[in-house]
Amino acid sequence: MAKELLKGNIAFAEAAIRAGCEAYFGYPITPQTEALEHMSQRMPALGRVFLQAESEVAAINMVYGAASAGVRVMSSSSSPGVSLMMEGISYIAGSEVPAVLVDVMRGGPGLGNIAPSQGDYLQIVKGGGHGDYKLIVLAPATIQELIDLTVEAFDLAEKYRTIVVVLADGSIGQMMEPAELPPMRPVRPVEDRPDWALTGAKGRKSQFISSIYLDPVEEEVFNLKLREKYRLIEENEVRYKESALEDAEIAIVAFGTAGRISQSAMKMAREEGIRVGIFRPISLYPFPYELIKEIREKVRAILVVEMSGGQMLEDVKLAVEGRIPVHFYGRMGGVLPLPDEILEEIRKAKSELVEVSR
Amino acid sequence: MDEANLVEQKVYAKSESLTRVTTHYCPGCTHGVAHKLIAEVIDEMGIREDTIGVAPVGCSVFAYNYFNMDFAEAAHGRAPAMATGLKRVSPDKFVFTYQGDGDLASIGMAEITHAAGRGENITVIFINNAIYGMTGGQMAPTTVPGQKTTSTPMGRDIEMHGFPIRMCEILSQFDGASYIVRRSLHNYANIRKAKKAIRQAFETQKQGIGFSMVELLSNCPTNWGVSVEDSLKWIEDHMIPMFPLGDYKIHPALKKGTRS
Repeated sequence: MAKELLKGNIAFAEAAIRAGCEAYFGYPITPQTEALEHMSQRMPALGRVFLQAESEVAAINMVYGAASAGVRVMSSSSSPGVSLMMEGISYIAGSEVPAVLVDVMRGGPGLGNIAPSQGDYLQIVKGGGHGDYKLIVLAPATIQELIDLTVEAFDLAEKYRTIVVVLADGSIGQMMEPAELPPMRPVRPVEDRPDWALTGAKGRKSQFISSIYLDPVEEEVFNLKLREKYRLIEENEVRYKESALEDAEIAIVAFGTAGRISQSAMKMAREEGIRVGIFRPISLYPFPYELIKEIREKVRAILVVEMSGGQMLEDVKLAVEGRIPVHFYGRMGGVLPLPDEILEEIRKAKSELVEVSR
Repeated sequence: MDEANLVEQKVYAKSESLTRVTTHYCPGCTHGVAHKLIAEVIDEMGIREDTIGVAPVGCSVFAYNYFNMDFAEAAHGRAPAMATGLKRVSPDKFVFTYQGDGDLASIGMAEITHAAGRGENITVIFINNAIYGMTGGQMAPTTVPGQKTTSTPMGRDIEMHGFPIRMCEILSQFDGASYIVRRSLHNYANIRKAKKAIRQAFETQKQGIGFSMVELLSNCPTNWGVSVEDSLKWIEDHMIPMFPLGDYKIHPALKKGTRS
């Protein structure tokens, strides 16, 4: 299939359709609404389910219901809407049904604005809802990655029976760039729905989907089962991209759009003779702690760049364990960090290196 | 009589749609009656293997243990949204929710009204006992004026707490609602009427003509602090005047073929 000029929000919606998504439930919110609009046209045309819910609270619970029936199902939203979904996300995690959610992050807190941000990192990666659970979180930096990760999200969701969140931001949702969509996968036939799914107790014992374990010991046993699943995810699903780290003295660690902008800053720095490399986590959970531990042994300083006040920064510091200096540059409120601003931070980090060596 | 001519005739059997477990409900609670009526209707329609229930948060949170059919357990108030998701991807199944007054008329008000507004082709069994049972007897949106609860110790004062909410009256206003009725479980005659209504609600879903809800006035002897017998009398004396029994909305297509 050839590359086409695609807008992010439409690209992930169409990618989901081609990944065999059978049902979409959502609520309009900028800057992701084009995804809902695309689904409203395409899903009924394909004989699949589209429903505009009365709220994000209802949307995520509709996802919970459809996921319980064993179909590929998704929703998409943006930061304030995702906050409303936290209850449902916790229930889905506690019931182990698979689902996909795309969060096109915008500036906050509160109503904030509709400009790109990465301020949902802590809410999505660390939980947000109640109880001990984790979600697989994948962060794209390009429209092509957004497409590929959305398709992969459905496979991972079913493999681990979990929610997978594709964590994008307003700029990825709104921008257009050439990308290639995957071929159309067929929707799973009804008779092939998973054996745990609620399909009616025909010729088998009745079964239920629930997240309640009233006996604390039973609840802990379930929590330990989840832990084991998360351990497997941490072992097998770490994803990242790196560039020019071989000879780097300073490593930028940044995800999504911040990682992409940092590429330009890296080039500018190298033209000045500062050897900078980039490590871009794609899976934010599981977070690539071990890889950052390897990097800390090779470089002399790390610069974390985020479109937030420093949320992923905490995880990078956990991995670095104080062994080398960790600098931070973040823009908040929907403001993008610019390459020359990042370059300035690189120069500062470099000058401190010189002082240390004197 | 000649022993060889004795014929064994089964006059009663426990419903196939109920499991053989002892429920956790308090003695004398009408949840058991409501469960039995639903199960009998599902048995009589022969749809047990094609039915998916959605349990609420509240006393009936464990309903999935008592119904012998596929079941989901929803978040508090979200059963109609979860049922919507299930029904939309399984349109050939019967999907019903079982919800109490706190679940349906308080925290789940948005989900129930929009399910009715959309004409979602699901059936809702609404247990109204004018109190929060599971948390130990606090004021519900259906608590009647003057009723003492643990959060209205001086009785529900309408100046402070406002008025009870009548769900049948609200939901019957929606074009998407096809069958909205209120019945009571306080005596045998009314229990028979309740069963007929539950049947009609499932028939509504079978015909695919939209949202159906049966509200069942129910008791809570434990949290009302009265005997079972007095609790049934209390329904009659205090709940029925506030929540009149009757048919609030019957789709014309149902009137033609109505059985009750």
